[in-house]
Amino acid sequence: MSPTQHDVGPETVVLGIETSCDETAAAVVLGGRDIISSVVSSQIDMHAEFGGVVPEVASRAHLESMNPVVRKALADAAIEPTRVDAVACTVGPGLIGALLVGVSSAKALSLAWNVPFVGVNHLEAHLYAGFLEDELLEFPLVVLLVSGGHTMIVEMRDHGDYSLLGSTIDDAAGEAFDKVARFLDLGYPGGPAIDRAATQGDPDAIRFPRAMMDDGLNFSFSGLKTSVMNHVRRHPDVDSLDVAASFQQAVVDVLVHKTFRAAREVGATGVVLGGGVAANSLLRSEMTAAGRSAGIRVSLPGREMCTDNAAMIGAAGWHRLRTVGASPLDIGAFPSMPLVTSGGHPDE
Amino acid sequence: MLYRSHHPQATADLASAIATLVRKGDVVLLMGDMGSGKTVFAQAFARSLGVDEPVTSPTFTIVNTYSGSRWPVFHADLYRLDRRVEVADLALAELAEQGVLIVEWGEAAFDEVDGHLAVNFDSDPEAETIREIDISAVGQHWLQRVDRLEALVRELS
Repeated sequence: MSPTQHDVGPETVVLGIETSCDETAAAVVLGGRDIISSVVSSQIDMHAEFGGVVPEVASRAHLESMNPVVRKALADAAIEPTRVDAVACTVGPGLIGALLVGVSSAKALSLAWNVPFVGVNHLEAHLYAGFLEDELLEFPLVVLLVSGGHTMIVEMRDHGDYSLLGSTIDDAAGEAFDKVARFLDLGYPGGPAIDRAATQGDPDAIRFPRAMMDDGLNFSFSGLKTSVMNHVRRHPDVDSLDVAASFQQAVVDVLVHKTFRAAREVGATGVVLGGGVAANSLLRSEMTAAGRSAGIRVSLPGREMCTDNAAMIGAAGWHRLRTVGASPLDIGAFPSMPLVTSGGHPDE
Repeated sequence: MLYRSHHPQATADLASAIATLVRKGDVVLLMGDMGSGKTVFAQAFARSLGVDEPVTSPTFTIVNTYSGSRWPVFHADLYRLDRRVEVADLALAELAEQGVLIVEWGEAAFDEVDGHLAVNFDSDPEAETIREIDISAVGQHWLQRVDRLEALVRELS
């Protein structure tokens, strides 16, 4: 059977696997849309599973979590492996050692079950997270993907048809949240810590710079981070809550401003948020408000779909299987895989 | 050897100068507090090795891989890794063999690589843009080039 001859429809069940960075994840997705189960290693008690190793970026941690996570995804979905029609897995971008654990496991399952293997771009999968929770989305869309590792604005014209409109030239927004929280001793993880502290601070107390505000669709957050540190060093008595609130306001102002400028420029009917920073409450409320005044639909996926997960891999895998077909079993992993249109992998 | 940087651009100039001495297999470890200039150094270093896309922070992605004009350039950041087993898993020595490796929060990589150039950034609390940068060669690989390195740093100072 040639790769494109697979019957892909609403009854097609895809097992998604994700190991590109911090999380080992597996999910069962029906018809590219319905999440039957979704398991992320940090959510389950791995201590009970195999005695105390907390999964992190290390590839051996992924290796130890892989089988328990896949088993739990199948058990939660209450399906037999024979019901799985394809196995989709992140092939990049990410850490090479971590990626290879998922890719090898997915290929092994695909061979053992005699079903297609589908290599998925992690960034492309984030674009699909919005579709899993909002059935009314219509193209063209603008997606703001904002996490610890990435900050990008993507135009999505159709399935598999994207353009990168802008991205960070230095630090990702989530990294700035994390480092500022650590600098202010607000705790870890930094995103939720700043979010909490900011509710008690004055967002107008300090006017931090909004870098590149009217300068294209790229972002820069490195200078903001330095500016916060310099301000605190110069004013040791400053209220950390005011610093947190003012910093958060500066980040959100830039993200909202550029996302909606992009949406207007490409005539988008909807705006979708993705990535861990999409859980930030100020970003969510200001995106919603900006959407209302611009008459553009704003889709805010829940936290589980914003952060790294395998349901989005299953959904993106379903779409890729339908439009491009299965991936050859001899493809590898691509640590610096870019977000490219129509899903061509670097060696295809 | 010591280099006093008065401005981020001076830190970038130092990185570009050091990049002219680089060979395949080299490792540069950057150490210093947040905001002390490690990323500025890494960006200028990578650009001088022919990387033409934006060099972004690898804090969350851990290792970013770029095509340089002669070899791949690996830009790593060990800030989030607090256990030696995690650093060992990155196989940094294997990456370095394929091209040039530059590591932020590089102290955690001491045991993982053989020879390296250690670049230590010290901020002056009294002056926001001034950095004392201490450069030292570790291992035969870099020691052979120490005279040329000293000459370059003198020229910049």
